[in-house]
Amino acid sequence: MSSPSITGSPDRSGTLLLRFNNSRNALGFVFMLPAAIFLLGFLTYPLGLGVWLGFTDTRIGRAGDFIGLQNYVYLMDDSVFWLSVFNTVVYTLVASVLKFALGLWLALILNEKLPFKSFFRAIVLLPWVVPTVLSALAFWWIYDAQFSILSWSLMKLGVIEQPINFLGDPLNARLSVIAANVWRGIPFVAISLLAGLQTIPVSLQEAASLDGATPWKRFRYVTLPMLTPIIAVVMTFSVLFTFTDFQLIYVLTKGGPVNATHLMATLSFQRGIPGGQLGEGAAIAVAMIPFLLASILFSFFGLQRRKWQQGGKD
Amino acid sequence: MNDRVAAPDSLRDDAEGMSYLSNLPRRIVMIYLPLAIFVFVLLFPFYWMAITAVKPNSQLTDYENYSPFWVVGPTLEHIKYLLFQTSYPGWLWNTILVSVASTFLSLFASVFAAYAVERVRFTGARTTGLLIFLAYLVPPSILFIPLAFIVFSIGIYDSRFALIFTYPTFLIPFCTWLLMGYFRSIPYELEESALVDGATRWQILRRIILPLAVPGLISAGIFAFTLSWNEFIYALTFIQSSENKTIPVGVLTELVRGDIFEWGALMAGALFGSLPVVILYSFFVDYYVSSMTGAVKE
Repeated sequence: MSSPSITGSPDRSGTLLLRFNNSRNALGFVFMLPAAIFLLGFLTYPLGLGVWLGFTDTRIGRAGDFIGLQNYVYLMDDSVFWLSVFNTVVYTLVASVLKFALGLWLALILNEKLPFKSFFRAIVLLPWVVPTVLSALAFWWIYDAQFSILSWSLMKLGVIEQPINFLGDPLNARLSVIAANVWRGIPFVAISLLAGLQTIPVSLQEAASLDGATPWKRFRYVTLPMLTPIIAVVMTFSVLFTFTDFQLIYVLTKGGPVNATHLMATLSFQRGIPGGQLGEGAAIAVAMIPFLLASILFSFFGLQRRKWQQGGKD
Repeated sequence: MNDRVAAPDSLRDDAEGMSYLSNLPRRIVMIYLPLAIFVFVLLFPFYWMAITAVKPNSQLTDYENYSPFWVVGPTLEHIKYLLFQTSYPGWLWNTILVSVASTFLSLFASVFAAYAVERVRFTGARTTGLLIFLAYLVPPSILFIPLAFIVFSIGIYDSRFALIFTYPTFLIPFCTWLLMGYFRSIPYELEESALVDGATRWQILRRIILPLAVPGLISAGIFAFTLSWNEFIYALTFIQSSENKTIPVGVLTELVRGDIFEWGALMAGALFGSLPVVILYSFFVDYYVSSMTGAVKE
């Protein structure tokens, strides 16, 4: 990741590049300009503006005044907000654990010798490629209260008597949206971890086998430690996507029934755009930032550990 | 090792004579069965989408007389309805336009940015690289409210430009990060010999770096295209009028009406909205996978 700086390795860059040194910064500035305009104008500025809006009472069509922490004070007493925080944490935790376990399992299966391996790898990734909103619509139909194919199949098999009310009951609705999220997330985790598995040298596995390690021991003491750094990064991304999820909930439940599936992102949208309370919506979005920072820091530790492992690994 | 190679053959002729291969039943239980379940679960929603899209309305909810898993006399009426009686073709065109434009815009900006960070090595290049990675981690769900504010105040609200200009915020960090990895793998010596021959930086980038980074450009382009095709929250927030909507937003907000859902048309809309990315993906699977895992592995 770190290549030595130009000045640190004169033999590599030589004096030829030296004469460009004077213009280096100017050239860098010009080349960075297009990306910088977009990222500063549409990413950094909105991020700051969002924090500012959280301190105002801006509504759609009316510029707001600075009201200090009033939005946050109001949210502190808002049971719906706290419910959404609780939902988001539960949703993220349960879905991420399931995605990790099932994704790792699928990655290990795909890492075996299989016929049509690349074909399987390609079709397994489909749920991740297809637009979330459109696959969520398919799930909406699968979860239909009356004509759910799942209910019908289970009724035919004699497991249940009546159709399951997938999205109408708070607990069922939570489980249903988590299932749909896991369905979409497994491919990403599995294919990323598969790429990690393929970088583990076969010789390590062979050496462990010769020493009499059982398959479980080989997994536990060879595969898993070698995979840990990639797991850390993949799961950070996965947690980040899940925590800020919006589309799935918006299609399947819109936060209902009785706010049981409202996540912070959907609540922020509902209060901010249809509700018109831009300030309050922005405050809810800002409240997500500490959680996101925590996962980004976690990601950095994951990356650092990887470097250390690579360095220490001969 | 030999019985592993033999496994698929003996799978085909039924249970007979499995016992003499002690390894095979184990492989079936440990690998083939879970794989089959995974593939079934991961693909079933697509099958259900497709079969619903061609089912006549009379069979759609009549599970007693028709098997729900199959269709007798498939119909094209839902697809016809979609194409001729809704704004679907317009949404498709918008989605293509917005995705292509924002992808090219992002690739253009990313090539220069990645080259500058990786090879021009201006003061603070490493910090810039790090900031770009951090920008990749900023999710749209915390940006859409202030962005709506900005889009409105610069007068591009409810137009395709609102999407073309905001999608690069999540595409540029990703593409730049990916291209930085590609540029890093190109040897310095090539650039040095070009410099000896008197080439300018611009010529080096155009004649040497870009041709060598074509796989990276394809990877980044494919991934950026699917990301913008799938984008939802910005399109939902910034677009008001029906003729400017993209497919995900159009299907959800205009085809879902009242309590009587037209599942046939809805699933046909979902199917046709997914097909372009699936087809593109099927041609470039390896590029797609390498860009997805590349972003994680760096």
